[in-house]
Amino acid sequence: MNPTLNLWLIPILPLAGAAINGFLGKKASRQGVTTVALLFSGAAFLWALCVAARFSSLSLPYQEFFALWIRSGSFRADFAFYLDQLSLVMLLVVTGVGFLIHVYSIGYMWDDPSYYRFFSYLNLFMFFMLTLVLANNYLLMFIGWEGVGLASYLLIGFWFTKDSAASAGKKAFIVNRIGDFGFLIALFLLIKHFDSLNFKQVFGAVAPLQPETAGAGLLTAVGLLLMIGACGKSAQIPLYTWLPDAMEGPTPVSALIHAATMVTAGVYMVARSHVIFDRAPIALTVVAIIGTLTAFFAATIGIAQTDIKKVLAYSTISQLGYMFMACGVGAFSAGIFHLMTHAFFKGLLFLAAGSVIHAVGGEQDMRKMGGLRSFIPVTFGTMFIATLAIAGVPPLAGFWSKDEILWKAYQASAVYWGIGVVTAFITSFYMFRLLYMTFFGDYRGAQVDAHGTHSHDAHGHGEPHESPMVMLVPLMILALLSLVGGLLGIGDSFEHFLAPVFGSTVAVENAAHGTELLLMGISVAVALLGWWLAYLLYYKRPELPQKIAEALGGFYQAVVHKYYIDELYAALFVKPLIEGSTRILWQDVDRKVIDAAVNDAGEGARHVSDEVRHMQSGNIRSYAGWIAAGSAVVIAFMIWTWTEAR
Amino acid sequence: MVPSSYVPLSYYLLLSGFLFACGVVGFLIKRNIITIFMSIELMLNGVNLSFVAFAAHWHALAGQVFVFFVMVVAAAEATVGLAIIIAVYRTRETLNVDQVNLLKL
Repeated sequence: MNPTLNLWLIPILPLAGAAINGFLGKKASRQGVTTVALLFSGAAFLWALCVAARFSSLSLPYQEFFALWIRSGSFRADFAFYLDQLSLVMLLVVTGVGFLIHVYSIGYMWDDPSYYRFFSYLNLFMFFMLTLVLANNYLLMFIGWEGVGLASYLLIGFWFTKDSAASAGKKAFIVNRIGDFGFLIALFLLIKHFDSLNFKQVFGAVAPLQPETAGAGLLTAVGLLLMIGACGKSAQIPLYTWLPDAMEGPTPVSALIHAATMVTAGVYMVARSHVIFDRAPIALTVVAIIGTLTAFFAATIGIAQTDIKKVLAYSTISQLGYMFMACGVGAFSAGIFHLMTHAFFKGLLFLAAGSVIHAVGGEQDMRKMGGLRSFIPVTFGTMFIATLAIAGVPPLAGFWSKDEILWKAYQASAVYWGIGVVTAFITSFYMFRLLYMTFFGDYRGAQVDAHGTHSHDAHGHGEPHESPMVMLVPLMILALLSLVGGLLGIGDSFEHFLAPVFGSTVAVENAAHGTELLLMGISVAVALLGWWLAYLLYYKRPELPQKIAEALGGFYQAVVHKYYIDELYAALFVKPLIEGSTRILWQDVDRKVIDAAVNDAGEGARHVSDEVRHMQSGNIRSYAGWIAAGSAVVIAFMIWTWTEAR
Repeated sequence: MVPSSYVPLSYYLLLSGFLFACGVVGFLIKRNIITIFMSIELMLNGVNLSFVAFAAHWHALAGQVFVFFVMVVAAAEATVGLAIIIAVYRTRETLNVDQVNLLKL
């Protein structure tokens, strides 16, 4: 029998923090708001650590019933929590990285007039994200899933007076709705066929089924629909366009929601549903193809971006593509491993980028940076570590997880591996390009004027300056995690840890150890090659990129404009929708049918009463005459029916 | 007990109907409010007559009870009605219903 862990505390604590700050924060001091926000998110992290400490003594999966939610016939969905190795990893990542980003935000958001609102939203996000990862059924997971979408919307549009931020928030929300649509239909299918959304019951019912190798069936449909949901939330082709725009939000938000945690929810959901995907090879192939393509395309777009956060956004999309590639080839634990290391180094990259933006007074264009290394050494150091980690330089975190994915992909198909390696090269290139453009060369920014997107009235004038300690400490902790986080994966220990969740597929082909080492060598080589190329183009010969861009001409323009995907979507979906709504639905259907019907009914009533009102002459005797005539008719009718009845 | 056939029921009913018809006609053609008011009383009493006639014919007391009831209501109605007529006369200085037509469209 399991001891009671009180898992419900973990999501509820941030919710309490959000409520307190949201309702009372406006009148409270900044110190008060900070205390509440840190206390509640920190308490959630501590409780998660306590759970982790007692984890080995549990019989898994540990389930905890909190309250009955829906009961209809034999269907039942509860507020109940589910803990196994997979949710533990997610739990620690979300609370740990989340807490660090809370700390960082104190410094980053200190001068913002809506300080309390920011922390209220941030805590609210934590609540929904923790609900998502701890849910024991798809429906509760969906609540968390929608909730993080809401928090994401609120935080992207945090500076809602800025038009671009408001529309970016809407875009994120609407694009996510498309994915949620798929997710919902998958849930309906599950209810229809298994009469349950409980993980244990659904997977128990699915497990005995045969893999749908011959043709697509129910499981394939469910898998594909779930993947549509994941595409929306995790910004995969074709629904990735919202994530770059989401960079309108404050940088800590980009770090927490749009890099470390929320966007990985899709990966988590696919991994959680691995029982279904395992039996739907077609769906799994689709997952792998989408992941691979997204990884590659997003990386190529990242090359030509000049906004420091946009580069990181496309990098995030690309790395998420790697995770889906891993899931698609059945290497769920590799995907989750990359999810975790990515949370460390991408969270760090965003926070460091935020520190850079803070240093130069709100500027995000890398062409106006440069030479910052000597001004902000700590930020530079941590960002350098993160760049090494994402580029896949051993022995940092990204190397181990990315290599694990590439190795598994190679076992599935050399094509995935080939594209993955090319993507790794591009990743390394654009990341070092970012590093060289930002930190090396000469400072190209303006010395004075420093009114960025957010208020830096107290400072932000003059030379770039290092951020306060409250921002640097989280950077250092994440840098440490990026350094050593990958060591968890040595000797497949991470995979062994997750093996009970995903079924034991560990150590199948240890014979091919030589091949694995060779592939590892190739990964390292392309990472270093990318580094060297970036060094050459953006440090040694900074005039070269311009020439290359001119030589490439149209293709380069296409990359700069993100392959015109946004324009394509606008022409294909948005414009027809607006035009159709305006011309047909509004001007024709609404005005000529619905409005006309209502108006004509009113007009008709007026005409009829115009005629009838002459009865009401105001003359009492004529009224009396009508009454008498009416009575005469009634009496005549009575006599008539009476004689008929005889 | 007086035999009910002493005066046949139909005679009473004819008289009752005649009184009622007089009331209706008076109500319709007269212009003076007080005359109209009296026509209403005539209709009420015409109906009352048929009530008592039926009561006597069927040896049922309910008809007589109803007559008392109608008389009480008529008395109340007369009080209110006459008060209204006085009020109308004070404001409009006429008792001609055709001139009391401010609510006309």
